[in-house]
Amino acid sequence: MIFYIARRLLAAIPTLWAVLTLVFVLVRVVPGDPAIAILGDRATPAAVAALQAKLGLDRPIWEQYVSFLGQSAQGNFGTSMVTNRPILADVGAVIPHTIDLTLAAMLIGIVVGIPAGVWAALHRNRWIDVLARMLSLVGLSFPVFVSGIFLLLAFALHWRIFPVIGNANLADPADRLLKLVLPAITLGLVMAAYITRVTRSSMLSVLDEDYMRTARAKGVPWKRVVWRHGLRNAGLPVVTVVGLYIGILIGNSVLTEIVFNRPGLGKIIVGALNQRDYTMLQGLMVIYCFLIVVVNLLTDLAYGFIDPRVKHA
Amino acid sequence: MRALLRNPTTAIGALMCALIVAAALLAPWIAPFDPVDQNILDRMQPPGGDFLLGSDVFGRDVLSRILWGARISLVVAVTSIGLAIVIGGAIGMVSGYIGGRFDLLVMQVMDVLLSFPALILGLIVVALLGAEIHNLIIAITLTAIAPFARIARAPVLSLKERAFVEAGRALGFSHARVLFVHILPNILSEVLVMGSLWMATAVRTEASLSFIGLGVKPPTPTWGGMMRDGFDSILDAPWLSVFPGIAILMLVLGLNMVGDGLRDATDPKLSGS
Repeated sequence: MIFYIARRLLAAIPTLWAVLTLVFVLVRVVPGDPAIAILGDRATPAAVAALQAKLGLDRPIWEQYVSFLGQSAQGNFGTSMVTNRPILADVGAVIPHTIDLTLAAMLIGIVVGIPAGVWAALHRNRWIDVLARMLSLVGLSFPVFVSGIFLLLAFALHWRIFPVIGNANLADPADRLLKLVLPAITLGLVMAAYITRVTRSSMLSVLDEDYMRTARAKGVPWKRVVWRHGLRNAGLPVVTVVGLYIGILIGNSVLTEIVFNRPGLGKIIVGALNQRDYTMLQGLMVIYCFLIVVVNLLTDLAYGFIDPRVKHA
Repeated sequence: MRALLRNPTTAIGALMCALIVAAALLAPWIAPFDPVDQNILDRMQPPGGDFLLGSDVFGRDVLSRILWGARISLVVAVTSIGLAIVIGGAIGMVSGYIGGRFDLLVMQVMDVLLSFPALILGLIVVALLGAEIHNLIIAITLTAIAPFARIARAPVLSLKERAFVEAGRALGFSHARVLFVHILPNILSEVLVMGSLWMATAVRTEASLSFIGLGVKPPTPTWGGMMRDGFDSILDAPWLSVFPGIAILMLVLGLNMVGDGLRDATDPKLSGS
């Protein structure tokens, strides 16, 4: 197991390297000098040159590349060009908000999506199934900023049940939870829609299996057959989708954070883009990529947990 | 075609898409006002009255802007997904056909592209290249190439072992001819189903980028951009963000319904009937 995890992490190195290189090139091929972007158009040439030297932008490009790779490998993403603070410190300050949001959305997706999908599959082509399919199609068609704004209008402005501003005090659990509800529902709805669809189709394909009939014939109650025998076998595609969806979730969290004015990774990335904070952008890309590699690994480990036939040797 | 439209999901979805395409094409004739014409005296008019869906902070007619905005959404979605199908499809087909190390390498590159959140990739590309319509198209194309490469590659792997392909080669046909005349028709339906589903994603991505402020520049009306402007005055004028939101939802939902129906038609196992 440990060997497997180590091998998977090693196998991710080329991917990380490719992303790092891509980011390095992308950030540098574009017009616009970051030193001028930071200092403004009226900066004196001397000031621009001094800042360029400080940022290392005056060194040959390959030297910048090598030092960038070396520093990243040590987990040192440098300091922000704009705020001058270490990137990891800036990211660390907001990451609890992003983790709260992502986990809560995943939880909503699973709690709503799996029962809905199983239910729809068991009532195939009846009105409940048609309704579930229709609703899930609507759910995954909603761009999150649209559903976010609609929810905001309804529950924060019209009925005033939830707060409009989402900058939660992390030390106060009640406040943290209250401000999480609307953003988490916004993100969770899309997730629930995806999970419903996959659970339904995956469940449909196992319902006719022989082992289901055998279990039923042995006298196992139907409920137990469905949840234990059926869902466990139908679970793998669902886990795959949840894993794949994390990437979309992370992307969508940017929009959710803007709509609900929540701090988080997404807010930082938009800020860094506007200010051409190259080091911050590079660091964020690596962090995003690393997160996704880890999630993919966890997904694969979950396969073995759900289906003992999958061995991680 | 007729059989497809008998499926109520596809039919309703196609109708919704057709309405929006009609709105985009007919905008110059059916829009009641000029979409960029500012009229300060008529600013922030609620829906009803002269302005059916209200007016914005510059006194521009929301309905006219939504009708014109359909153009940007459709042009960006159709062009970027068209490009992604051609580029991604070609990469996948050739890679699968050649096989071996080359295939392994290409798919590794595609996996890197795929592992990146699409919206974040789009965000960076547009922010760095500049918020112009062709850069939006480039960004969305980039996010959609990898899935199409995967889809086009998988069937090629098994098709190239089939007798009709071998026969073609034995008859002395070139690789290009075998790929395009013999293999392409076999994967086309699957790629097109994916195409309509990805069009929905492209519309959503374009709207999202515009909402973040990285869309086609004002005063050109875009649905995402209208929501962004409307969001600033959400307390006083909720209609400014509600109506463009409904327009986006309608187009994305319509495309998804068409794609869903098409998939049911091509894959009977998952179908409802």
